[in-house]
Amino acid sequence: MADAPISRDDVAHVARLARLTLTDDELDTFTGQLASILGHAADVEALDLDDVPPTSHPYPLQNVTRPDEVRPCLDRDEVLAQAPASEDGMFRVPPVLGEAP
Amino acid sequence: MSAVEIAEAVAAGERSARSVVDEHLARIDEQEGEVHAFNLVLADEARARADELDRRIATGGDVGPLAGVPVALKDNLCTRGIPTTCSSRILEGWRPPYDATVVQRLRAAGAVVVGKTNLDEFAMGSSTENSAFGPTRNPLDTARVPGGSSGGSAAAVAAGFAAVSLGSDTGGSIRQPGALCGVVGAKPTFGRTSRYGLIAFASSLDQIGPFARTVEDAALLMEVISGPDPFDSTSIPEAFPDLRGVLGRGVEGLRVGIVEELMGGEGGIQAEVEARTREAALALEKAGAVVDMVSVPAAVYGLSAYYLIAPAEASSNLARFDGVRFGLRDERATTGETYDATRTAGFGPEVKRRIMLGTYALSSGYYDAYYGKAQRVRTMIIRDFEAAYERFDVLLSPASPCVAFPFGDKTADPLSMYLNDVCTIPSSLAGHPALSVPFGTGAHDLPVGVQVMAPALGEQVMFQVAAAIEAAAPGAAR
Amino acid sequence: MTDTTALPGGYQLVVGLEVHVELHTATKLFCGCPNRFGDDPNTNVCPVCLGLPGSMPVLNERALELAMRLGRALHCEVRPSIFARKNYFYPDMPKDYQVSQYDQPTNVDGHLDLPDGTRIGIERAHIEEDTGKSTHVGGGGRIHDAAYSLVDYNRCGVPLVEIVSRPDFRTSEQAKAYVNELRAILVATGVSDAKMEEGSLRVDANVSVHQPGTPLGTRCEIKNINSVRSLGRAIEYEARRQIDLLDSGERVIQQTRHWNEDDGRTHTLRSKEEAEDYRYFPEPDLVPLVPTATDVDAIDAALPALPAAQRTALAEASGRTLPDETITIVVDRGLDQLALAAVAAGADADRTLTHLQHDLDPGQAANVPAEQLAELVRMETAGELTASQAKQVLAEMGEAGGEPRAIAAARGFEAMDSSELEAQVDDAIAANADAWAKVLGGESKAQGAIIGHVMKATRGQADGRALNEILQRRIASS
Ligand SMILES: [Mg+2]
Ligand SMILES: [Zn+2]
Repeated sequence: MADAPISRDDVAHVARLARLTLTDDELDTFTGQLASILGHAADVEALDLDDVPPTSHPYPLQNVTRPDEVRPCLDRDEVLAQAPASEDGMFRVPPVLGEAP
Repeated sequence: MSAVEIAEAVAAGERSARSVVDEHLARIDEQEGEVHAFNLVLADEARARADELDRRIATGGDVGPLAGVPVALKDNLCTRGIPTTCSSRILEGWRPPYDATVVQRLRAAGAVVVGKTNLDEFAMGSSTENSAFGPTRNPLDTARVPGGSSGGSAAAVAAGFAAVSLGSDTGGSIRQPGALCGVVGAKPTFGRTSRYGLIAFASSLDQIGPFARTVEDAALLMEVISGPDPFDSTSIPEAFPDLRGVLGRGVEGLRVGIVEELMGGEGGIQAEVEARTREAALALEKAGAVVDMVSVPAAVYGLSAYYLIAPAEASSNLARFDGVRFGLRDERATTGETYDATRTAGFGPEVKRRIMLGTYALSSGYYDAYYGKAQRVRTMIIRDFEAAYERFDVLLSPASPCVAFPFGDKTADPLSMYLNDVCTIPSSLAGHPALSVPFGTGAHDLPVGVQVMAPALGEQVMFQVAAAIEAAAPGAAR
Repeated sequence: MTDTTALPGGYQLVVGLEVHVELHTATKLFCGCPNRFGDDPNTNVCPVCLGLPGSMPVLNERALELAMRLGRALHCEVRPSIFARKNYFYPDMPKDYQVSQYDQPTNVDGHLDLPDGTRIGIERAHIEEDTGKSTHVGGGGRIHDAAYSLVDYNRCGVPLVEIVSRPDFRTSEQAKAYVNELRAILVATGVSDAKMEEGSLRVDANVSVHQPGTPLGTRCEIKNINSVRSLGRAIEYEARRQIDLLDSGERVIQQTRHWNEDDGRTHTLRSKEEAEDYRYFPEPDLVPLVPTATDVDAIDAALPALPAAQRTALAEASGRTLPDETITIVVDRGLDQLALAAVAAGADADRTLTHLQHDLDPGQAANVPAEQLAELVRMETAGELTASQAKQVLAEMGEAGGEPRAIAAARGFEAMDSSELEAQVDDAIAANADAWAKVLGGESKAQGAIIGHVMKATRGQADGRALNEILQRRIASS
């Protein structure tokens, strides 16, 4: 379908962004399913709402802060006990390729 | 025995908390194998906790408003030292180092936690079939789903495993299973209950709320868990109002609107469900309310907007499940490959589907068309509701378009499953309070839930009306 | 001063700087963990800064105040702002998104004037959270050859302000001057301790070259610059590298490059497998910030005098036409207030500045009231203390506090009175008659013998100035 709202390549791209690996079959299935969901969303896509402001918080609040006061931290052993791997009081991970952006 | 009755009896020393807990644990022993409401039953902890409460009562110590009340917690609420899984393999073996705010408040109120209940993985679903640990069955007909995503919590209350329970509602995950299991399920105004310690699905929509067998129990539980919390920046600073005090007020003179867009076949509403909803409205009219139809035009865009907004926020909220600090790790040669392997192995298909959908809705070039547009639709829906609430005190609709459906009915096509939320989503997007209260039965004698919606901060009038519907429901004691 | 305005081949250098500064708060940006450098790994962590499921951020009011203070010190407009999520996977970012400000930052459109008068535009100064720290084990600590990495989240969530300049730098000297001036402003306003060596101030440089009158060249971002000196070297190297490319007919590729202190070059970083798409969207767990005019006025009112103004004031106070090196150093060390107050209290400006440039640890300045510093300098001027004695007394005042006179007495610093000094001079002249003759004959360097004799005889206790005055008087009167 030419005017599909999302292509197989798009799905492969978002899977990479989301750090998910898909088999070819999954890629086909998900492409079809996401296309039908986005197809259903075409009604929203079609609306002209440039003069309607977006809502990101359903209940309007402003300037919520806390005092700059120290609170107790977690016990390191309790924290690291949950880690898949740790060493010298730190979380251990396999080699990291590439710098942080 | 209702939660209110239990709390009074236990506090008065007429019943021991231990005997109440044993009674519920016995029922769990009998039927849990069939229902599978729980991911984890905390029998020993519950007994120990009950004994501690009984000692405190014996020595005249003060116990809270939920003294000895057995409560079940949806397994996406953090409990210190107790496994919390979101019914996902990716959280395998994780024991949170802290309690959710609502869990702290339950304990302070004297409640006894009997277990962590099953859910659709990360609360993504409407049938609890998306649990990595197998589905929960509807206690009223174990060939059918309990609804979702809080299916375990709804089933636990319907089956009498707990007097009350907590669920979370993002697009209807309390109200819809409440309806399908024939119990009361309520969600407050967004910001009334602290989300601190609730594992996020969609941060701008998630709210925690109660399941109960009576409107009064639901009111009691909501009073206990709601109110300002300094650990949640989106928590509403105003004190939470008294709910139980308004239940007897009746509906004389209240203006009740039936939402056109959420009735009738085009919404895919089953005929019996629509009929029960109209009968509930009629009952309110008999009780002195003024009932009329009302249009909330933008409500028809709710489903589309919701299935762009919720997945978008979820795609970011679920990034942290990467195998570095907790839970599952499928270790590979590099951290990047470990991310891929861990998340691919740890998440089920519906979660992956929504993560990808949300990632797409936020990705460069599509943000404005999808996420941005959906946030504007949200404004339209809020405006249309505000207009409706100028003429009406509460709005009425079915809570679910259909009664409990058989397993596998809607798993093939995700969209057909999403349509279960058509009635509940609009008030979720608006951040308004809404609840489902049982009113008679539909096809196969399965329960129907009527949804009562109110404007922001309108919990009192919402419960006032719910109490009247409950009193008028077929088979209710008059 | 190397002027790189005219680069070989008539190229023009164009540089913009991105500076990250850690704010001087007691706790982190969104949680109550201590904001402290150098503690044991993962001891300053909680569910929030570890990004544990269910945790939620709450903004540190002090961090916001310091960020606005910095904004005003940089002449920025303080605007209503929101936080956004910058989504990317990296092990030192526990949530796998960074909470930062994107399209609505707190501070915009400011400027910083360099001591030489050049005005550098500030595009924005926005608030964001710092990341954790990774240690790469094996492979000589080089990230790509490491066997594995260890992550410490103590720094994770520390409040940062990222100050983004406009591409207004035309020489590396200007870039260095900017960082020095910015550091002085951060110290003066108490916003940050701005220690590059501890990483509380970090500089990235966007470098490009072009022929004047032609479009700007492709820029490269240089990271890992850990001193002001290497900033200059890195810019100069990178400019030459780009010119060589262009001259040999190649083109500059936009990329991030690493400055290597050891070989004095910049190197490409391994490019990521996936082009970045950060999928920014408004952080739903935090609410908008809307500073009132009164808030901003309060910030302005509390702003201390800024380094530029202090340098001018000190120049006037010390009778200089323009601020010199000494004054700049005293201001950079944050001792300008003390200097001005001491001079106002009657201390000799030059002696005061010299002491504050060399003899007082800024960290101990609190122990030295301006009056006491003035008293010390007065004693020195009056010849009651030699310069070296004054230096020792000041050091003790800084460490322990105390009256200069008392400390001097306790140390037995009784500079001899002038009659005793006259007598010493008589002896010295008698013992060095021929040297004295030469002095009187106009050979002034022969004075060395006389002075040396007196110093030897008094074991250095004689005040050089006083001695010199006596000699000059005698020369004149002979
Ligand atoms: Mg940044
Ligand atoms: Zn923390």
